[in-house]
Amino acid sequence: MKKNKLNSYNSQFFLAYILIAPAVIYLLCIVGWPLIETFRLSFTNSSIAGEDYVGFENYEKLLSSSKFSKIAIRTFVWTFFSVLLKLIIGMIGAVLLNASLRGRSFFRILVLPPWVVPIAIGALGWMWVYNGHFGILSGIGIRLGILDGPFSFLAYKNSAFVATMVTDIWVGVPFVTLFFLAGMQAIPRDLYEAAYCDGAGRFSRWYHITLPQLTPVIITMSLISAVSTFVSFDIIYILTEGGPRGATTTLIIDTYKMALGNYKFGKGSARAVMIVIMISTFAIAYFYLLSRINKKVSHG
Amino acid sequence: MDKYSLPLKIFLYLSITVFFIFILLPFVEMFYASLRPLKHIFRSPYQFYSDDLSFWAYREMWNTVPLLGRYIFNSFFMAITVTFFTLLFVIPAAYSYARFNFPFKQGSLWVLLAVNMFSGAVLLIPLFKLLRYFDLLNTYFAMIVPGIAFCIPTSIWLLKAYFEKIPVELEEAAYCDGASRMDILFRIIAPLSTPGIAVTAIYAFIQAYAQQFLFAITFNSIREYMPIVSGLTEFIGYQSVKWNEMMAASIVGVFPVLIVFIFLQKYIVEGLTAGAVKN
Repeated sequence: MKKNKLNSYNSQFFLAYILIAPAVIYLLCIVGWPLIETFRLSFTNSSIAGEDYVGFENYEKLLSSSKFSKIAIRTFVWTFFSVLLKLIIGMIGAVLLNASLRGRSFFRILVLPPWVVPIAIGALGWMWVYNGHFGILSGIGIRLGILDGPFSFLAYKNSAFVATMVTDIWVGVPFVTLFFLAGMQAIPRDLYEAAYCDGAGRFSRWYHITLPQLTPVIITMSLISAVSTFVSFDIIYILTEGGPRGATTTLIIDTYKMALGNYKFGKGSARAVMIVIMISTFAIAYFYLLSRINKKVSHG
Repeated sequence: MDKYSLPLKIFLYLSITVFFIFILLPFVEMFYASLRPLKHIFRSPYQFYSDDLSFWAYREMWNTVPLLGRYIFNSFFMAITVTFFTLLFVIPAAYSYARFNFPFKQGSLWVLLAVNMFSGAVLLIPLFKLLRYFDLLNTYFAMIVPGIAFCIPTSIWLLKAYFEKIPVELEEAAYCDGASRMDILFRIIAPLSTPGIAVTAIYAFIQAYAQQFLFAITFNSIREYMPIVSGLTEFIGYQSVKWNEMMAASIVGVFPVLIVFIFLQKYIVEGLTAGAVKN
């Protein structure tokens, strides 16, 4: 009797769809249509003046330009190291905050501000830190004798590349730490106790219990971080605007400048489409990997 | 289990200190810079301590940028509006996902996640055209309308996890007693899921506050509607940049989020991680 009730309850697609409809329709207008429109525009030479169909011209130019491939490679390098370090520092942070020390719950709150504060404002703080004349990094460097004089971290190609990356890592670490920490707390304690009785040391317990148990969370976080890092905009735009001499121009900065700096909508759209294709490829590869791991886990 | 030895304890606390120096460094620098007189800020080499620190910039900044209060209000107002509409869209949708089975359910949930991937910057060109077509450029809506869209997907996932925890039996009982579905949603589900709705609201608020920068610099050029994150550029004058006041204004500007965060941090940590870890 009860089962029947439940079934009739569940089978009402109509109500289910009605309830989702507002959100779905809104997203179709604000995300769905723009996505399709981006594809369409990428085949035109659209600008403020008007638009004409140009076929694959935008893509041909893009793919044959060495500048674009340089930017793409730079974006991948930037994303890869940023995500890798987010995961490593996040893991270290989670281990530290998981240790049963006094002040633990306070530390857990203290880790979140970089995530809570708008990125644009956090980036302003970093701009100050990196400043050659009155930033603390340069100041310490001079005091310790590492630097001969004021060093502006954002003014040189390599240091600017690393500096924007460090800021991006800083924005991402709290979130990763938080999720790793939550994952660690979900691991059954008896696993650790059994290993302890068998004489496993701290590192060995982390390596043989924590790490494998956290694998799903690590994979999820690497996807989320990779996607948001790949299209990270505010940090670079505020710190360097893609400079010096293009050293921090990633795909998203290049797209933005082309589309809304020069109002070349067509060319900008082709770049946006390339980003969408790259992210989608990555996400599909990731889900493929995930499903294989899940299979492995459920089979053995 | 083994206890921490003293050297290990010291090592752990030292590591935690290093970790937090990294996390808090820019905030400390900002605060420090805001306390220094403008003349002093440009004094090289860097000084770690000086005796001329004051809160003067916190008073002067309101004169330098007369609209500063307005900018902070704008940020707060737009973030609240985005949060409100996000909840309006998300509560019924999340409930539907948690309670009903229907074709394309899993598929559409993944598509929602995909929306997150195409964060605002990728879609700016058509959004620009869309907003121009509806004459919404240079209004509050230019920042609110896209803001809502990018808060919806994650919010649905967060709230869905909460709704799923409420036992179906409760609803069935009410249903047998003749309550309508709307009654059930508003009289039973809504009160029971207040913590979940709160977490979702906080998430949306923080997200809305953070993403204003991109939309503001792209879709709005009218000073009266600027949020604080883009209003800060006004401290950059033709002659000089009032860095200390800019930093002071940044700190005051994030107060709304910080206050929300401090009061509700317990729910945020629990709520955000609850859904994710379970899967």
